[in-house]
Amino acid sequence: MTQFDSFDHDVLVIGAGGAGLRAAIAASAEGVSVGLVCKSLLGKAHTVMAEGGVAASLANVDERDNWKVHFSDTMRGGQYLNNWRMAELHAREAPERVRELEGWGALFDRTKDGRILQRNFGGHAYPRLAHVGDRTGLEMIRALQDHAIHQGIDTHMECTVVTLLRDGQRVVGALGYDRERGRFRVFRCGAVVLATGGLGRAFSVTSNSWEYTADGHSLAYHAGAELIDMEFIQFHPTGMVWPPSVRGILVTEGVRGEGGILLNKDGRRFMFDDIPELYRNQTADNAEEGWRYIQGDRNARRPPELLTRDHVARCIVREIKEGRGSPHGGVFLDIAWIREKLPGAAELIKKKLPSMYHQFKALADIDITEERMEVGPTTHYAMGGVRVDADTQMASIPGLFAAGECAGGLHGANRLGGNSLSDLLVFGKRAGTFAANFARDNGGGRIDEDQVQRVARECLEPFERSGTDGPYLIQRELQQMMQNLVGIVRQEQEMREALNGILSLRERARQVSVEGNRDYNPGWHTALDLGNLLTAAEAVTRAALERKESRGAQFREDYPNKDEAAGRFNIVLRKVDEGMQVRREPIAEMRPDLRRIIEEMG
Amino acid sequence: MAQATFRIWRSDGENGRFRDYATGVTEGMVVLDAVLQIQSVDANDLAVRWNCKAGKCGSCSAEVNGMPRLMCMTRLSDLDLDRPVTVEPMKAFPLIRDLVTDVSWNYEVMQRIKPFKPRPPEPDGTWRMAQTDVDRVMEFRKCIECFLCQDVCHVLRDHRLHVRFAGPRHFVHLAAVQMHPLDTEDRLEELRTIQGIGLCNITKCCTNVCPESITITDNAIIPLKERVVDQAYDPVRKLLRIVSSGKGK
Repeated sequence: MTQFDSFDHDVLVIGAGGAGLRAAIAASAEGVSVGLVCKSLLGKAHTVMAEGGVAASLANVDERDNWKVHFSDTMRGGQYLNNWRMAELHAREAPERVRELEGWGALFDRTKDGRILQRNFGGHAYPRLAHVGDRTGLEMIRALQDHAIHQGIDTHMECTVVTLLRDGQRVVGALGYDRERGRFRVFRCGAVVLATGGLGRAFSVTSNSWEYTADGHSLAYHAGAELIDMEFIQFHPTGMVWPPSVRGILVTEGVRGEGGILLNKDGRRFMFDDIPELYRNQTADNAEEGWRYIQGDRNARRPPELLTRDHVARCIVREIKEGRGSPHGGVFLDIAWIREKLPGAAELIKKKLPSMYHQFKALADIDITEERMEVGPTTHYAMGGVRVDADTQMASIPGLFAAGECAGGLHGANRLGGNSLSDLLVFGKRAGTFAANFARDNGGGRIDEDQVQRVARECLEPFERSGTDGPYLIQRELQQMMQNLVGIVRQEQEMREALNGILSLRERARQVSVEGNRDYNPGWHTALDLGNLLTAAEAVTRAALERKESRGAQFREDYPNKDEAAGRFNIVLRKVDEGMQVRREPIAEMRPDLRRIIEEMG
Repeated sequence: MAQATFRIWRSDGENGRFRDYATGVTEGMVVLDAVLQIQSVDANDLAVRWNCKAGKCGSCSAEVNGMPRLMCMTRLSDLDLDRPVTVEPMKAFPLIRDLVTDVSWNYEVMQRIKPFKPRPPEPDGTWRMAQTDVDRVMEFRKCIECFLCQDVCHVLRDHRLHVRFAGPRHFVHLAAVQMHPLDTEDRLEELRTIQGIGLCNITKCCTNVCPESITITDNAIIPLKERVVDQAYDPVRKLLRIVSSGKGK
């Protein structure tokens, strides 16, 4: 018998980035007891890395902005595969969620008349991103954290959940282990909120840290919940490419928002060469107009560097593939050029982009106020995730809720920059509130002791084996395979190969061996995360195979065009006895008033 | 490929010792790259905290060649690789294993600090603030909670006065809330009695190691000390306090 400690909470929130913290605060405000579990220390989650800002139509900089424009921009950016009700709620509620943060101590940069300042970002019609320099995520997570610790929430830091526990169909708890000593913990609760973030660790070039191993996706899937839109992985166009050790680290879109331009090795501003039909009316066709837009000319159209991330990433890949890339396999991102246009540009860059300045100076010996950066796409964000009800964020099985990156639906085929920080506030709150209500209405459930014992035993098996593959080797092979075969450019044959690869890696992962003991043992932790990564990798690959078209973040070499018919369904995955079931789920017809908004915005 | 030796602290319960690991070095590598490379190849169970790998999360604090640093921002090209590079855990906190220390005390201290309390908003429900007022506290809000300042603080590291002293990280936090343009809370009494700001003898060790270049001593601690002294020891204020409370001390 494996020993474990037990904890009782009405609501258990798994993950303590922005979504998890906001959910925990909301649940606690409903008067229920809340447990908050996170794999790292509090305040270290990936929200801290978000740089550019949080999207909300506060209309402080351009009074033409409102929720309808934000809704329309989000749907267009997602190529209309978005859950339109989520996009509506998100656009309507984001301003209030941002303002509320100020009441908890968050400080944003100000307009001249003392209101929250907003900046330009890709795919947003007006300056919309509330920000503080380029460390908005840190400001947000700290405000949420400082507020949350005074709400009577029980925090379990450095604790990893390995399975959800069910009573019949309903989720009533979770089994995890503390990383410090490897002791098991059983959490009994009335509802679970998943807020575990993304799955970037399934790829070799990523902006994501070790934590992003698709835990929420996998926990939900294995508990019987549906996943949606898993084919859509956002490759952020601008990650660092040189030196090799920093490859993948994010370079904020804020650089382009402040006037940064993309150049190939010939110095050509290649983004002007390919402007998609959907955005032609909104995009400048010459450098001079683009600069006027950056300077706040309301009659000017956006420069093409501020097209959506999927498109910018593909244009960069094209330049590199066709031999026009930079020396280290990227393209150039140039913000220093604004010195031609502005007096005091160097100081402005340091003020607006301080952490980018610091990052390049310290890690690449590059002074971005004088020199061009080298950038290329990096795996950044999973648009897909746990399929949830738009209003309540409840998954397709009762008692399970999801919010933030690990939930799917809001972003459709491509997420706009800045919409993630607003997503986690809006839907974190909703998930927390509805989970609290659910827990209050339904109480706790029965914990299946056999399941607890079985899973705990499986977790310890890697210690009993020796001579088989270690966890890091398997993880690295998976990452390289996914990067090569299911990356930015995809095709059927390669993805079939990837599926076979996943199957064989899964066999090896079942035999993985680890050294050492249960005390703070990252090798063991990595071994236990492998299953989640493999589940996510299979989900991404199967969904990508099923979508036989190119749309948003998915580019199929063998189906290079958009298919109108494929624009009418989402791909939904579910665990059945035979394995992973893939289904095409028709998109519900949009409410007429929302459809009118989209038509009016042209 | 060039090789370098890393002398890493390994521990098992109570016992610990340095162990040498040779590993390949490529252009641009930082200490964290080397440690993770060693972990993935030679020592799968090597305990180390890290997250963002870009100096933004403050997880990978350690002592590199005796200097408190973020491993992710310490380039190997800045170190002498002809001799072993020592990597050891922070000293101001109890060791859990290898490079990982128990920093939970910091979170307990934070919990005891009175939270932010804003003035009421304008009639439209929002707050107006001048950028200059925001800029004044921005420096403090850059803190990434790496706890390197706590690690080098004599009051904590040498004198182990964790029960009487909050440490530089929390004075930075206190400066941020005390000088926040909207805050209305008074924390000066606790600053003196609970957070023990008087114990700081302004040697500026904290400022020297801050990876965010926060001028901790000059901009956060000294102004807080001045406010505490003003409030606690100003004879006029003391008299006013006695009169207004209606009883002497």
